[in-house]
Amino acid sequence: MPETVTATSDFAAAPISLWRRSVNSCATLAAAAAVVLVLLPLGAVFGYLVYKGIGSINWAFLTQIPKPVGEEGGGMANAIAGSAFILLIASGMGVPIGIGAGIYLAEYGRNQFGNVIRFTADVLNGVPSIVVGIVAYAIVVLTQGHFSALAGGVALAIMMIPTIARTTEEMLLLVPNTVREAAYGLGVSRWRTTLSITLRTATSGVITGVMLAFARVAGETAPLLFTAFGNQYWNWKINQPTAALSLQIFTYAISPFDQWHRQAWAGALILIVLIVFAVSAVRIVASRGMLKGAN
Amino acid sequence: MKGPQPVAKPEVVVSSEVQTEPLLKAGSSHIADGIFHVAMLACGLCVLAMVGLIIYELMSGSRLSWHAFGMKFFFRSDWDPVNEQFGALPFVYGTLVSSFLALLMAVPLAIGVAVFITEMCPRWLKGPLAFTTELLAAIPSVIYGLWAIFVLVPLLRQYGEPFCSRYFGWTGMFEGPPYGIGMLAAGIILAIMVVPIISSITREVMTAVPPQQREAVLALGATRWEMIRTGVLRNARAGILGGVILGLGRALGETMAVTMVIGNRPEIARSLFAPGYTMASVIANEFSEATGDTYLSALIEIGLALFIVTIIVNILAQFLVWTVTRGTPARSHA
Repeated sequence: MPETVTATSDFAAAPISLWRRSVNSCATLAAAAAVVLVLLPLGAVFGYLVYKGIGSINWAFLTQIPKPVGEEGGGMANAIAGSAFILLIASGMGVPIGIGAGIYLAEYGRNQFGNVIRFTADVLNGVPSIVVGIVAYAIVVLTQGHFSALAGGVALAIMMIPTIARTTEEMLLLVPNTVREAAYGLGVSRWRTTLSITLRTATSGVITGVMLAFARVAGETAPLLFTAFGNQYWNWKINQPTAALSLQIFTYAISPFDQWHRQAWAGALILIVLIVFAVSAVRIVASRGMLKGAN
Repeated sequence: MKGPQPVAKPEVVVSSEVQTEPLLKAGSSHIADGIFHVAMLACGLCVLAMVGLIIYELMSGSRLSWHAFGMKFFFRSDWDPVNEQFGALPFVYGTLVSSFLALLMAVPLAIGVAVFITEMCPRWLKGPLAFTTELLAAIPSVIYGLWAIFVLVPLLRQYGEPFCSRYFGWTGMFEGPPYGIGMLAAGIILAIMVVPIISSITREVMTAVPPQQREAVLALGATRWEMIRTGVLRNARAGILGGVILGLGRALGETMAVTMVIGNRPEIARSLFAPGYTMASVIANEFSEATGDTYLSALIEIGLALFIVTIIVNILAQFLVWTVTRGTPARSHA
């Protein structure tokens, strides 16, 4: 028996030449090097954000509005609030429509017409954000006559809807049909089953989709350039130009003033912390979600 | 046995009640079901309406420019708002060159990352690595731009560009003063941004290749790399191409980071050090300041062209990915 074992191992080892083995090692090394090369900028971006940003974050930065160039101090409070305001408007429109479209696709759209909507949602997902900005400008800004928070919200809502619709659909389809049948068997109507049973079962998954869409649009700048436009002061009116964190970062980054550069880094740090927080929350919800059993 | 017996009798009575109850409710729940169906349909139709609206607004907005310049718009290189003469060639050129430059750098890296994560790395490292590369996709474009202005561009100006012009200057692609800001910086930042997209699609299609393929190749005595090359990559190549094209779509439409580092000058230069301009960044920079209807219309026409190109690119990419993943049991079907 031991002889056969050595014989087979010899047989297996012999045909692999030095050349093939070294090619194999080189490929492994190259793949590992690619990982390092990709993680390098990630580390550099986060490192610089913390390194440059943390020094400029203080109470004034979080509570005051920008000061004129040359004056020390001032903050981005209005931009942070403005971003929240615009995102609230966007979510108010995008989340219900997105979830509704997802429900339609999962529960009623298993046919040719559903495929058309599914395809259109994927098309919408690929539209460049700057083009969405043009359309929001044409629809809202031109009819209102001026830039506004509403226009920014509409632009971001258009970007949220396809993501939310497709993830909601995927999550609803994960709910086993037996659950729906059980509800029908108890005499529950279809709409009630969908809302209280199917959607309820898939809640964590649907929330994941919403958070993903939220994280995706939270840092968007291009569609806000000529919709929300930006503002140096507080604004709580839905039809007035509004500041946004991402817009403020952009304006400050391309300005020639050192003081503004520092504030841009601080704003960027706050923005990235919010987004990473949202994305991590999604991962935790997704990994511990109720749907794990249904999978 | 005594317990159930008395219960059974009332149950019969109850069941007859239950039979009548749904009959009574049936009408109202049918109406409610109908209303619900229509409401959900309306949400679905919203998606159609939005795409329709995008196409309509872009078409009607760009009509003026289309009538003034026609197809020549995309082949003229003069951009003169004062005399209302507009040609989009420098922008088309800038968009194409920066995107292809980005793909040139991103594709090998992204495929390397995907190969490492799916086939090579230890199991415990898989999750964290996948999460980290996904995180790269979650960073907003404006933050990449900020980082590029203050970190990447100075690095390029001091080290990268002098190095390139000394050793590769003979190609003619690395000539002129090293500003830092220019086509090369835009290509690099775009590459960083599209890597996660390409690598996540590549991972998806590689996972879709059945494990029997790998086992069969290994059983023939292949090394791991030979297995990956012949058993996995060759089977997944259409899907990987789809991922690359999806990355291209993202690179073509990317706005902020590119606007911040490309230099924004509507010129066609051979050197990658020279500043350029892209379709998306000219819209971002000039849209809110565009005076005159023709100017605005020209910008919207650039937007329309960008829209059409990205749509075609995305549809092509989805089709290619679908050809690889269609055989595997879809994730979405319970």
